[in-house]
Amino acid sequence: MTAHLRVLAPGLMTTVQDLGRPGWQHLGVPVSGALDPVSLRAANRLAGNAPGMGALEIAYHGPTLRVEAESVRIAVAGGPAPIEILPAENGGSGWRLAMFESARLRRGQVVRIGALTGSAVLYLAVEGGFAVAPVLGSQSTLTRAAIGGFEGRALRAGDALPLRQQAAAERDEVMMPAPNLRPPARVRVVLGPQDDHFTEAGLRALLASTYTVSRASDRMGMRLDGPPLEHSGKGNNIVSDGIATGAIQVPGNGLPIVLLADRQTTGGYPKVATVISADVPVLGRMTPGSKVAFAAVGIEAAETAARQLASDIEAMAARIAPVRREPAVDAEKLLGENLISGTVDAREGGSSGA
Amino acid sequence: MPSAPEPRYLPCGDTALAVEFGDRVDERLSGLVLALARRLDAAPIPGVIETVPTFRSLMVHYDPLRLSHAELKRQLAPLLDGLEVAASVGRRWRIPACYDESLGLDLADVAQRLGLEVEEVIARHSGTEQHVYMMGFLPGLPYLGGLPPEFELPRRENPRIKVPPGAVAVAMAMTVIYTMECPGGWHILARTPAPLWDMRRNPPALLAAGDKVTFEPVSLSRYEALLAKAAAGELHLVPDPAATRGAGA
Repeated sequence: MTAHLRVLAPGLMTTVQDLGRPGWQHLGVPVSGALDPVSLRAANRLAGNAPGMGALEIAYHGPTLRVEAESVRIAVAGGPAPIEILPAENGGSGWRLAMFESARLRRGQVVRIGALTGSAVLYLAVEGGFAVAPVLGSQSTLTRAAIGGFEGRALRAGDALPLRQQAAAERDEVMMPAPNLRPPARVRVVLGPQDDHFTEAGLRALLASTYTVSRASDRMGMRLDGPPLEHSGKGNNIVSDGIATGAIQVPGNGLPIVLLADRQTTGGYPKVATVISADVPVLGRMTPGSKVAFAAVGIEAAETAARQLASDIEAMAARIAPVRREPAVDAEKLLGENLISGTVDAREGGSSGA
Repeated sequence: MPSAPEPRYLPCGDTALAVEFGDRVDERLSGLVLALARRLDAAPIPGVIETVPTFRSLMVHYDPLRLSHAELKRQLAPLLDGLEVAASVGRRWRIPACYDESLGLDLADVAQRLGLEVEEVIARHSGTEQHVYMMGFLPGLPYLGGLPPEFELPRRENPRIKVPPGAVAVAMAMTVIYTMECPGGWHILARTPAPLWDMRRNPPALLAAGDKVTFEPVSLSRYEALLAKAAAGELHLVPDPAATRGAGA
């Protein structure tokens, strides 16, 4: 019997994403991958996986998934959202799973993730990962080209998302303190590659204004509303060149678009600046209506920030620890499997303040 | 062959560097870009993830945890030394294209703009060998250049919401071939049945930067027959062996 998660409700935009598909941009294939790779790594570490394994990226409102496997271990990381574990049809009571904590679910149990607050995305990782074939070396979904992930698209109700493992490994559950995912006061950029296509006033507008994330944003690009940037005499078209993740392109209307995970590989609008790699996940988490301001830094500062983020991610993984249980619960657990529902009821009380 | 002018290094944050040889669509600049890409393929710099040739620059994507901007520039310098345009790096292809007006949706309009008969537009478009400057915008989508100057048309004022896959379209004296349905503002002259992007193939893209393409007009019935073959995975185009020079060099 194949093991899978049955999609009872798909959520707003739920796709499989890993760390992306580098190596094919010369053939026009976007890199894709998680909008918030920091949280993707956290979810995978908690589930016992390599940090870059494919997980569900869940945007704005979560899915409802039923376990159709002997058991599965899950962990959810990213912007806060309510995670309810509903019992199998044959009884038991539901409970709430904390973010940044692993849990083993049994056949028939349902995980229901509600609306996200404070971040656009969160990640649900399963121990062992999803059994979706890598395309060009990656499980990331690129819906625009219908490649990767589950049938190259976002999940729909009724889908059976295959699991690599039939059952969760026998081990203690783990947790980590929620990392600080709040945006910094200013998102850091390195000017260029085409800052010479903007006037002094245009550059000042970028660095001195506060922009608002538009509703028209998606995985490809974050559109910003605010003061337009004035192009210099060099104009608002260039002979197309390459695009880096985080590039801020400015078409004729002067409004910046920050290019994110599903960005096109090449483009013909001048790019005034590039968000530093350490701050790209910050943008990936931003919801429409959020305010964003930019500060220019040098490349060496950007490189220092990249190393700092990598070290923060390592430190985050080092803080993973067994889930603390009340002594009474541990005693119950020793009595055997048939008391498992009692155990999880006790945990609900323990997590409610999280 | 004169050697390369001093390129400009354009920082693209801490993960990419554009090595720019000029600011025009120019086959010589493209030749320098492709020559540098080949040198980097032959002598990889640790920490470089991938390179993307474009019209006039080579985009170098790298891992900032393994390679700094300064170190990358230092290691690129000897590769740029004495860089010359390679005679020809790519393969030569003949791509079937049906210019029937039921598929070449903008053929009549383009003919009118150019003040030419439809047949003459077809003859001039298919009679020119075009150079693949770069791949971009969509997986497997080539940007071809080298058309006569009369094809220097602006894009359509009202871009189509849906351009069909296989559409062969022109603007700015260039041709693109759409590989999947998407919005687009170029003028559609023809449709090709050739599978330019096919996941059953490795690599999935038929073309690569540096290749040469000539369109071969086919009738509507021939187009439909070839399209059926392509759908079955049985249309295997091969580059012209006699005319493909230097591919293994």
